[in-house]
Amino acid sequence: MTPSAGTRNRRDLLAAGAAAVLAITVRPVAAASPVRTESTAEAIRRFAGEAAITPGRIHLDLPPLVENGNAVTITVTVDSPMTADDHVRRIAVFNDKNPQPNVVTVHLGPASGRAAVTTRIRLADTQRITAIAETSDGRYWSTSADAIVTLAACLEG
Amino acid sequence: MARTLINVPKSAKAGEVVTIKTLISHPMETGFRPGADGRIMARDIITDFACHYDGREVFRAELFPATAANPYLTFTLVAQATGPLTFTWRGDNGFSQTETATLTVT
Repeated sequence: MTPSAGTRNRRDLLAAGAAAVLAITVRPVAAASPVRTESTAEAIRRFAGEAAITPGRIHLDLPPLVENGNAVTITVTVDSPMTADDHVRRIAVFNDKNPQPNVVTVHLGPASGRAAVTTRIRLADTQRITAIAETSDGRYWSTSADAIVTLAACLEG
Repeated sequence: MARTLINVPKSAKAGEVVTIKTLISHPMETGFRPGADGRIMARDIITDFACHYDGREVFRAELFPATAANPYLTFTLVAQATGPLTFTWRGDNGFSQTETATLTVT
């Protein structure tokens, strides 16, 4: 019997034990986090097609620090006269880290009077939110905002 | 029938932009959350909301699992003539509900 062999065995055992503990602690999180089927960039391309997206004209208002990700109030406004010739057709909101990239898509028209929409959304993690508007001339405008989430949605009961 | 809260101004002048607020009670189960037994609960969300003013669609929203429970939406429309406002929510498992309100234009 050699001392080095004994040391190695003990190390192997410790390593195996640590790995087992790690596997047990990691498993519930892994089971609960679903696989994203589509990236945010893909979802944005599905919304906007191949059109160029210009930053500007759209404003996204959400709290920078979110205590509860289960209900976060966001307001999206677009600088637009909302006339028959020049109005906002669609606004879509996208996220980075939720299980699915889409948040909400709204359809507007000249009858809307103003391009302003408020809703409440879920945020699964600290992440960046992107809003994109399509105007009646076929151009796309975007803005982004970051939110720090202390209690995530989706995973907690 | 799910409970709804709809806020429409009592009256408006022709051409005025009015704000409509709507809320419907719905769990908006995302389809990503494990239940008490550890298994993922089936998705059950509202996927579509539309508002018609005098029969014309003035606002529509596509909702996704990232919408919070009890979907709340605020939007605007131009008051033109006194007429009915119809709000329709559609969703998974054949969910469909329609509510009406009247916008009085003076």
